[in-house]
Amino acid sequence: MTLRILASTTRRILNQLRHDRRTIAMLLVLPMILLSLIYFMWDDNSALFNRVALILLGIFPFIIMFLITSITVLRERTSGTLERLFTTPLGKLDLLFGYGLAFGLVAAVQGAVASGYAYWVLGMETRGVGGYVVLIAVANAVLGVALGLLCSAFARTEFQAVQFMPLVVIPQILLCGLFVPRDEMAGWLEAISDVMPMSYSVEALTEVGANVEATTTMWRDLGIVAGIVAVALALGAATLRRRTP
Amino acid sequence: MQTAIQVSDLVVERGGKEVLHGISTQIEQGVVTGLLGPSGSGKTTLMRAIVGVQIVKSGKVTVLGQPAGSNELRHTVGYLTQSPSVYPDLTVLENVKYFASLYGLGQDVVTETIEHVGLAEQTGQLVRTLSGGQHSRASLACTLVSRPSLLVLDEPTIGQDPVLRDELWKRFRDLANDGATVIVSSHVMDEANRCDHLLLIRDGSVIADDTPAAVKAAAGTDDLDEAFLTLIRETETVNR
Repeated sequence: MTLRILASTTRRILNQLRHDRRTIAMLLVLPMILLSLIYFMWDDNSALFNRVALILLGIFPFIIMFLITSITVLRERTSGTLERLFTTPLGKLDLLFGYGLAFGLVAAVQGAVASGYAYWVLGMETRGVGGYVVLIAVANAVLGVALGLLCSAFARTEFQAVQFMPLVVIPQILLCGLFVPRDEMAGWLEAISDVMPMSYSVEALTEVGANVEATTTMWRDLGIVAGIVAVALALGAATLRRRTP
Repeated sequence: MQTAIQVSDLVVERGGKEVLHGISTQIEQGVVTGLLGPSGSGKTTLMRAIVGVQIVKSGKVTVLGQPAGSNELRHTVGYLTQSPSVYPDLTVLENVKYFASLYGLGQDVVTETIEHVGLAEQTGQLVRTLSGGQHSRASLACTLVSRPSLLVLDEPTIGQDPVLRDELWKRFRDLANDGATVIVSSHVMDEANRCDHLLLIRDGSVIADDTPAAVKAAAGTDDLDEAFLTLIRETETVNR
């Protein structure tokens, strides 16, 4: 890995996004619209709104970065740019971390805007500080980047890549504790939920919601998510082949 | 003259089919070599093997004394893929700048290279909005910007207007005169006359490997097109 190449790759990915104004607008506005929807759905039950809005702040960046990364990396693979990059001094890690950094930064902005909107406009309340919410949102976004990168290796077309979204994302949303508390699920469902990264980021967010100070459980959960990111990135790196058939 | 590339008994399979059947050849440094042959003959596969992105079944490709694709070569080899591989959602300048940055090169080389491929007026334009010919020249600029000492160009002049094509060939000639080894694939025979050396491939085998003059002499004609036809017929008679 070379710092110079990593920096210019990150800048290149951000530049690509910068030219796509509509995507930027959707990245920022979409979470606000969905949060507003939830606000009006439960306008007489602020406790429920607080719980659901908080969890959604963690789920958005995961879904969106998963989609964006799997499509962009698939394009690199199919357009020939990846093959060309592999004849240059660029290392696999430069590309991998370049994507992680670029989309992590975007997620930080998105997380800050969406959280700000939830706290100040919609009146969401948490016991802990909002900074932790943004931190967990960014961790989720990087998780989305890592899994998106990995899944892009198993898709040949963008149609296929998009369909990995429901496969990877929906079971995690269903089992993360948003709909049914995890300890009330059937044993085998809880076991599946135990190995899904989203369960830990949702638990971490719930901890921020319920406690004034950062708890050990929150840090442990963040650590688990970081560990899964590392594993997914390592697996993703293995799918980036310099030599192809 | 020194050898830049040594290919020995190269066998490559793609999609379960053998597409190169034990190719051996040698390419000199500072020379423009034309890689010619019909579509599907194995030109791109051979080029991919030389730049080290092709999985090979057996045989050896040595580039500037190193095995093809090794780390040290990535600073010296420039590869242009057949279909333009640049980022359509970046401007010409941003694309060329990015590829320059991978080699630690700065703005002056970038501007110069964009001028060399005739895209000075399109510098700030998104690649997505360029014409087909401009698009492939943007891709070429990204290859030329690193000043590679080995250039592997897969059909760089396809779809270009005649004046630009002429300028690009002069450019390749200048680079070779400065010591670079240039390999250009083409299926247009009139371009073959501009090369120092020709490598004609058909169905994954070499059927001619010589200077244009020698190829013509061997076939007993002054016309390269005709010479190739004769050579192809001869090999087919031998095979029967």
